[in-house]
Amino acid sequence: MPIIPLEWLPPIMFAVLLVFMVSGFPVAFALAANGLLFGYVAIEQGLMSPALLQALPDRIFGIMSNDTLLAIPFFTFMGLVLERSGMAEDLLETIGQLFGRVRGGLAYAVILVGALLAATTGVVAASVISMGLISLPVMLKYGYSKPVATGVIAASGTLAQILPPSLVLIVLGDQLGVSVGEMYKGAMLPALMLVGLFMLYVFAVTRLQQGALPALPPDVCTFGSGNVGLRKACAVLFVLVPPVALIFLVLGTIFLGIATPTEGGAMGAVGALVLAYFKKRLNLGMLKQSIDSTTKLSCFVLFILIGSTVFGLTFRAVEGDLWIEHLMGDLPGGELGFLMAVQILIFVLGFFLDFFEIAFIVIPLLVPVADKLSIDMVWFGVMIAMNMQTSFLTPPFGFSLFYLRSVAPKVIKTIEIYKGSMPFIAMQIIMVAVIFIFPEVVTREKKVKLEDKPLSLELPTQNYGDENDLGGNQPFVPQFSE
Amino acid sequence: MNTLLGISNRIDWLNTKVGVAVGWLILITTVVSAYNAVVRKAFDTSSNGMLEIQWYLFGAVFLLGSAYTLQQNAHVRIDLLSNRFTEKTRAWVDIVGHIFFTLPLIGLVIVHGWDFAYQSFLINEYSPDSGGLIRWPAKTLIVLGFTLLGMQVFSELIKKFATLFNTQTVQ
Repeated sequence: MPIIPLEWLPPIMFAVLLVFMVSGFPVAFALAANGLLFGYVAIEQGLMSPALLQALPDRIFGIMSNDTLLAIPFFTFMGLVLERSGMAEDLLETIGQLFGRVRGGLAYAVILVGALLAATTGVVAASVISMGLISLPVMLKYGYSKPVATGVIAASGTLAQILPPSLVLIVLGDQLGVSVGEMYKGAMLPALMLVGLFMLYVFAVTRLQQGALPALPPDVCTFGSGNVGLRKACAVLFVLVPPVALIFLVLGTIFLGIATPTEGGAMGAVGALVLAYFKKRLNLGMLKQSIDSTTKLSCFVLFILIGSTVFGLTFRAVEGDLWIEHLMGDLPGGELGFLMAVQILIFVLGFFLDFFEIAFIVIPLLVPVADKLSIDMVWFGVMIAMNMQTSFLTPPFGFSLFYLRSVAPKVIKTIEIYKGSMPFIAMQIIMVAVIFIFPEVVTREKKVKLEDKPLSLELPTQNYGDENDLGGNQPFVPQFSE
Repeated sequence: MNTLLGISNRIDWLNTKVGVAVGWLILITTVVSAYNAVVRKAFDTSSNGMLEIQWYLFGAVFLLGSAYTLQQNAHVRIDLLSNRFTEKTRAWVDIVGHIFFTLPLIGLVIVHGWDFAYQSFLINEYSPDSGGLIRWPAKTLIVLGFTLLGMQVFSELIKKFATLFNTQTVQ
């Protein structure tokens, strides 16, 4: 086999990965395939010891025994149980009634419910689909502007990605090597600010565009006849208390340091089951569906992680990590340049990839560079999480848009959904900028100023061709926070 | 071809059963983990065995359930371009990918995974933490999971070839 110069290998490997991925082959296997293919090349050229590939079962075992990843099925399961038990419907109906008389009231309701659902379930698909099914028809019936209505729904659903207990933050915390609890704490304020920003936007629209978001006529906003005030209070109490209690159970215990995210997730899932039971909506069919979806999601996520392990193993053997570091190190502006480049990269990738892929493929490559620049990892992670939210809204592959399209009535054109999402993408970008300029919204303390100094990289020498070094204990991609 | 499709059907049946069965482990894991959380705080006791069984169970879910996930086509794909491919082209992508990459990967993991588990069995390896669990069952799950996955890949290949064959006769 002709020898390929070492410095060509990482870019070639990257290019081939792109080809594999766009071919439509499952991402998990495309990653592994790429790793395997270049593993042979690397072994052939004496860059890597075959022992490294033989240690693969050991790596898989490492993924198995990672406690943090257990939170993924727990929160997914919890979200699905809550969704199937009709919590979203109840919340929307009640809060919609409360705000109905206000201009843009339904839009506020959707944002609030989106935030509440996000704080309990952390599943985008569930929020977008249920809100799309329930509130979109009502909004259209009373003359809401289509782009604004669809935009609000699609964007509010994505709040699940940034508001704790989001899966993104779990996965990012794991990849960045910081505790998930820290990530949760850091993301809380920026996420709430984003919610505020969304509401501010709705308010602005109601002021600037007369008739875009009309108030509902009074006869629609009743809780039946009789003592309206009392009924209202009862309904609100009845519908709002359970999810809020659950939020406290899960997030409260995590924030207070009583429970780990894994424990919080498990307790939340049990809590969701109890809630569904009391609402008399717990049945075998619903349980089976929830379990089935959780199984499939867990499998594909964990297999992407296994695939990226194989990829990472080889990518490092061909010195891909050094290639990335040099690439990032050559950027003008040092730390500032690096951070800007990362944000732009993630934003662009967000058009094509969803967050699991970004988190497992791209983030591990960036971690060593960020580490050398001694960037605050929680801050870095929250900024990335906020940015990754846009990947759900950016056409043509935003998942949130897909979900909404699948449940939206035919009168809504796809282009209107795209148009509606634009202002919300802009608001998410604004929040990324806010976090960037004011790190204290994440870290809660005055951050040391960014220094505009050139990158200096000191790289440890690693020898992958050494037969004696199985490399089994080195922190390869992906890194575990334990 | 019919014999092969028969085999493919059997494999699909088996993996569906396994996939649905391991799903219930999620429920068990959830309860175990919630129990662990409560006893740790309320009674200030914890058992390493109970803590380890959580990830043994979840390991079983994602390793044994992966074949089922493949069968349900739930391993995410990026359909950026492949949306525009014909069904035949898509079948070819899967066939080439599975034969040249997925199967070798599975073979690699099974061969070395077997070694990995067998060594653990021979030395009667236990978790380093006191009260921890015996290790070989967890390590065997890797071999078992990838064996099921290998079977499923085989079944998928049969089905893809069948689509190719059928579309050709129709044309």
